[in-house]
Parts: sequence; structure tokens; C-alpha cells
Amino acid sequence: MKMTLRMVTANRLHDGAVVYLAADDDWTRNVESGLAANTEDADKLMTTAEEAVHNQLIVAPYLIDVEVDVQSSRPVRPIRFREQIRAKGPTIFAPAAE
Amino acid sequence: MTLLKNGEIVEDTWRNLADDEDISGEESIIVSLDRWQNEPDKFNGRNGALGIRLESHQKPDAIADDVERFDLIALDFPVLPDGRAFSHGRLLRERYGFKGELRAVGKVIQDQLYFMQRCGFDAVELSEGEDVAKSIAALNAFTVAYQPAADDIIPAYKTRHDA
Amino acid sequence: MYQYDQTDHTLTRERVTEYRDQVSRRLDGNISEDDFRPLRLKNGLYMQLHAYMLRVGIPYGMMSSDQLRMLAYIGRKYDKGYGHFTTRQNLQYNWPTLEDTPDILENLASVEMNAIQTSGNVNRNVTSDPLAGVAPDELEDPRPYAEIIRQFLTLHPEFSWLPRKFKVAITGAEDDRAAINVHDIGLKLLKNEAGETGFRVLVGGGLGRSPFIGKVIREFLPKDDLIRYIQAILRVYNMEGRRDNMFKARIKILVHELGIEKFASLVEEEFQASEEDVLFLGQAEEDRIKAFFAAPDYADLSDDSPEVIEMSSGNEAFAQWLERNVLAHKQAGYSIVNLSLKPLGGVPGDITSDQMDAVAGLADTFSFGQIRATHRQNLVLADVAKKDLPSLWQELVDLNLATPNLDRISDIICCPGMDYCSLATARSIPIAKRLSERFADLDTLLNIGEIRLNISGCINACGHHHVGHIGILGVEKNGEEFYQITLGGSSSEDADIGQIIGPAFSSEDIIDAVEKLVGIYISNREDDERFLDTYRRLGKAVFKEALYDAA
Repeated sequence: MKMTLRMVTANRLHDGAVVYLAADDDWTRNVESGLAANTEDADKLMTTAEEAVHNQLIVAPYLIDVEVDVQSSRPVRPIRFREQIRAKGPTIFAPAAE
Repeated sequence: MTLLKNGEIVEDTWRNLADDEDISGEESIIVSLDRWQNEPDKFNGRNGALGIRLESHQKPDAIADDVERFDLIALDFPVLPDGRAFSHGRLLRERYGFKGELRAVGKVIQDQLYFMQRCGFDAVELSEGEDVAKSIAALNAFTVAYQPAADDIIPAYKTRHDA
Repeated sequence: MYQYDQTDHTLTRERVTEYRDQVSRRLDGNISEDDFRPLRLKNGLYMQLHAYMLRVGIPYGMMSSDQLRMLAYIGRKYDKGYGHFTTRQNLQYNWPTLEDTPDILENLASVEMNAIQTSGNVNRNVTSDPLAGVAPDELEDPRPYAEIIRQFLTLHPEFSWLPRKFKVAITGAEDDRAAINVHDIGLKLLKNEAGETGFRVLVGGGLGRSPFIGKVIREFLPKDDLIRYIQAILRVYNMEGRRDNMFKARIKILVHELGIEKFASLVEEEFQASEEDVLFLGQAEEDRIKAFFAAPDYADLSDDSPEVIEMSSGNEAFAQWLERNVLAHKQAGYSIVNLSLKPLGGVPGDITSDQMDAVAGLADTFSFGQIRATHRQNLVLADVAKKDLPSLWQELVDLNLATPNLDRISDIICCPGMDYCSLATARSIPIAKRLSERFADLDTLLNIGEIRLNISGCINACGHHHVGHIGILGVEKNGEEFYQITLGGSSSEDADIGQIIGPAFSSEDIIDAVEKLVGIYISNREDDERFLDTYRRLGKAVFKEALYDAA
């Protein structure tokens, strides 16, 4: 069973990396380690994120919809394709990797 | 609010006058363009210095013939991206011959100061939170320039060929 | 090419110092992201989907081999070993960190490069003809004027907070390879009836959401008035341009809303009011700058090269490359060589650090140590002796830079799209890759003839789809990528904005649709007609009907 919840994503200030808000006000590079919440609780996540903006950790946080595995309550992947690309990186090989 | 004039911290002796305030008295006042245009004759014979404040959408040609009446002209930078007053400053200095205090007000951060100075501003009201020492230093961020402006810096295309 | 003097060095270093302080204020929390954003943008630093992106300025596309080696070094040390050439002759890195950018600039400054004004609402890189100084169809080398404009607009105190970005392009040739019709200011060197050389000045061209072809504001501008006239245009724009709506803030909207006559009269009034002598560069400075662009020390060579004749007769791949990627040079015995950054299945404009180093070496060996970046995201070695073409070709083949597809359907202009860009609504690179694979067969590719195919991943049109003979625009519909086709555009002297042909295609169907369009062209073309000419002769309906009815 899967359901849709919300989580906060942003880019890290010092290196621009894509991050997701995780437990304990932590930020993770891995979407599956992020914290997913229902719509009411998502506002609280954004409050935490705004503090992180204030503390020079991240830039421009926003909420995304994610597919969540009900049993484990872990995020599986973002709903929007754009966010899937942000989560996994470019869909094409970088030339240096070829 | 910190006021810098010619690179030094100075006390602000000017007061912005609301449009419904009385202009009598001898204090140094800054009035709006509307006020000036509606009743210019009322300022005749007034004791005390007179300044005018232009919003960024108000072009300086509106006061081109009057610049000698003013001891101060304040140009507003309402938000960081609005750069109209850079042109306005140069026109006031270079085309309309304004010799009094040209003051930048509104959103004024250290990163604009060098350009403001080059465009003829000799006074800036720093925005809240700006580091004053760094702001003063920023006035000298560059020691060379490629183009002439309203200051004394000689552009590279001239210095390169001056013996 | 131009070389820095003490002034240029000082200014570049002072800018690095200023930028380093801006970054450290940001990291220390002494400046907000809102205030920092325009400052970092004015230094070419974006925040993209996955990371920061840094755009390095390459003035009018000219690089020395040492500069290209530095770009390679930066790619390796601070990025993931590659860079991407853009449509405005710049190079961008996709993965630098904010913390590293001041050091990157320090490195760039050591080879007379910078990232000043490569983004933001300022004057951008002045672009020009990548064949400047070597093209046979050139009246005069535009690069000295491009350099004069570059200097005048660099850190301009009055024009550093414009309503929106501002792009100048200049050409001195008949064939417009600089897309001057779709720039904020387009300049073309020409002669007036008295035989004096000056500029035709276009204004208000541009792509993006509202594409416009530039309008002539001055049929002939004397050379000595160049800087003063540009200042007049910029001053009118800075004061009158819209600031209420970022999507209507480009000069093209101002020109459109006022009408060219009214806009021109405002510029003329400002021009006449400005002081003539102040902005007159002076002959000494003009001569100084021109001297940097003097022709290199060409050898006395013949156009008939036995080496080339021998190699062409026995080697079809070489012959195809020679026919396609090598262009005539104004100097006897020399050729212009295009290095294709559009290999089969590749990412248009991408180049690895290893390739950059190798190209720098080839430039030293074969082309007086200079390299040019083109508007169509390729590279040029501009001064190659004909006798060296076989050896150069062999090296380029080994580097995968010899695909013989210049101006052919796989020579695609392509923006980074949703694989990298935070504004994109669809991916563009995978479409380019699949198209190049579909048209991989060289005989087919070459038989199709000249087609400019341009792909953008959103309506901001960085991939110039409006001016592709075939343009593809990626859009999002119900969470899926769709691609809209425009036909009949051009950015050359026959410039026009392409017309939307019909409903968009799914990602799955878009490649077939392009192939079908090519088929319609092939079966209708007359003689040596290009795709564009056939389209313009037959009109949209014929293509539309054949494209959609057969579906």
C-alpha cells in the first residue's frame, strides 16, 4: 500500500546540494531518509525549514508531494517528475561518466 | 540609520516633511515633488535649507530648471533591483548641474555604494543592519574604471594614452 | 586576441575581492538570500536543480589555449570533469559549490578571465561572429568593437541594475552567425553611400516568452558615435523600461509598447543631449585594441594541398568531414575548422576537461593557440593550414569531435532543460540525444541538407526554439513532458519567428514527428532547396496536414 504525503526539500547553502528535512531537524541528501507528514503537519516542517534558512543551512525550502510506503511509512519517491530528477540527478549521463 | 557623506559618518540635520506639514520655520526640510510642484512660490523667501525627494519613477527633468533652489536632492531606491536613480543621479550632476548634496535613500546596501558614488551621490542613508566600516571601505572597492561617469575617475581609454 | 593590461587585471582582481566578501557575508549570515541573489547572479552564479551553476564569460567566444586549459583544470578540480558551452559563447559548470566560487574566479583571473555580468539584470557577454577576422564574407572584423563595448559595459555604474538582462551582438559579415536579429542590441558593420564604415543598429530583438525580431533604429551609425549611442539606448531603457512585471521588463517590450519611432526619438534626444567628447574613445585607443586582432603570422601557402587531395580520395570519412565541417578561409592555404560538440547520442555543447586540454593542444599545434566558441554550441579552430587538415582530422576523430554534422539536423542547439535547470518544464537533452541517434546514418544526415533544429525545455527559450528551422519546445501537461513544434524560424539574415504547427507531441512521439517533417520536406523539395526554403514556399498548411493527417 502506498499513499501520498508531503515533505520539505531545499538546496544546501554552501554547496547547493538537494536536501530533504529529516528527523531531529536534520537534513538528508536521500529522499528516502526524509520526513513525510500529512498536510496539517507539513506547516510545522516548513517552520523548521525557515529556521534552517535563518541559520544559513539551506536556501528556498518548499513542500513536495511524495509517495510513501504505508507499512514502513518511508518516502518512496516524489510524485512530480521534476522532483524525481532532483532526487536522483540528471537522467542523462554526464560526459565524464561515459 | 547611518548617514555617510563623502565617506564619513555624519549627523543627519535634515527632516523629511510630510505633505500636510507646515513649511515655515528655519529647519532643513526635504519635501516631495508633489509639494514642490503644487506650491513652488510658497518656498520663496523661506529661511532654512530646502531639499526635495524624488521617487524612482519621478524623472529629474521635472526639476531640471529648479536645481539651484535645492540644497539637497534625495533619490529613492525603493528596492534593490530598481536602478533608475543611478541614471537620475548622473543627469542631475552632469546635465542639470546640481551642486548640492545628492543623497541615496531607501534600500541602500554596501554593494551599491561604489556605483552610487560614481553616479554623483555624495551622501547615502545606509539600510538597517549594514556594516558601516565595510560600507565606507566599499566606496573604494575599485580603483580603475572603463567608463566616465559623474565622478573624477578618468576612464581607462584615456589614462592608457595620457603621457 | 585581446590581452589584459594593468587596468584590466586590477579591475578583475578587485571584482574577485569584492565577490569573495559577498560570499563570505552570505555564509556568515550577514546578507539575506534575497539581497545576495542579484549579487551572485551578476557574477554568473545560479542555483539550479541539483547544485549551483557558474557561467564563465568568454568575450565574443575568443579563448587562448591557456584559457581553455584553465577551464579544463577548473572542471576537474571544482566540478565533475566537464563543462557546457552555451548559445552565447560562454561556458558553464554544473556542480561548483558556493564556497569554491571565489577560488574559481581567482583561477580565472590568472588567465584574464572572469564571470562578471554573465547573468543578472545587467549587460551580458557581447557576442559576435565566431568566424570574425577569417570569414571571406566579412566587411570588417567586429571583434575590436565587441571588445570596446565589453569594456564600456563592464561594471558600468549607471547600468548595473537594469530592468532586465541586456544582450549585445555584433557581426561584420554578410552571413549572420551572431543572431543579431534576436538581441537587445544587434550591430552590423556596413558601408554608407559615402563609403564610410559604420553600424546598422537593431534594437528590441529577443526570444523568451515574447519573441521579437529586432527593429532598425539607425540605418547607419558612424563608428565614433558607437559608445555614445549605446549609452543613450541604455539610459532610455534604464529609465523607461518596465519594472512592474519582470516578464515585460526586457527592452523588446518597451520598444514594442512605445513603437520603434517613439523609442528611436527618445534615444535620439538623449544621444543629442550627451556630451560628444566625453564618450569618444580616441584613435589611439581604437588602434591599440585593433592591434590585438591583427591577422596571425600566416605562412605563404597555396590553396592546393596535395595532403588533402590524397587523403580525400581514399577516405570517405575524411572527405565528408572536409565537405561539412571545414569552411573557406579568407587567407590562401588556410581553412576554418569546426569542432562538433554534437556527437552521436551526446549532450549538445558538453565537453570534458580531457577534451578541453586536447583541443588546447591542437590549437597550439595547428591554429596559433586560439579557439572560438560558437553561438551554435560548437568550437572553431579558425586558422588551420590546409596541409594540416588530415593530421588534425585524425586527432579530432580520436577525441570524438569530428562528427561531420555542422548545420545538419543533429547539430542541435539545446538548453540544459529539466535535467539541470530549475526553470525548465521538460527535459531537452534526451530529445537531442534521441534525434541524433535517429539521424545517425551519415548518408541520410547529409542528404537532408541544412536544418537548424533548436530545443528549449521551457518558454524562456534558452534553446532558441523560436528561431530554429525546426523548433521544439518542451512543456508540461498533466505532469508529463510534451513537445510543441514550431517551423520556419531563423536567426540569420533571413530571421523570423517560427510558427506553431499544431498540438504538442508526447515524448514518445516527438522523434517520429520530426522524422515525418523531414520526409515531407524531402518529397517536396526542389533542387538544392533547404528545409526552411521549402517550408516558406509551401506554407504551414502543407506540413501541418501531412504531419497530423497521417497520424
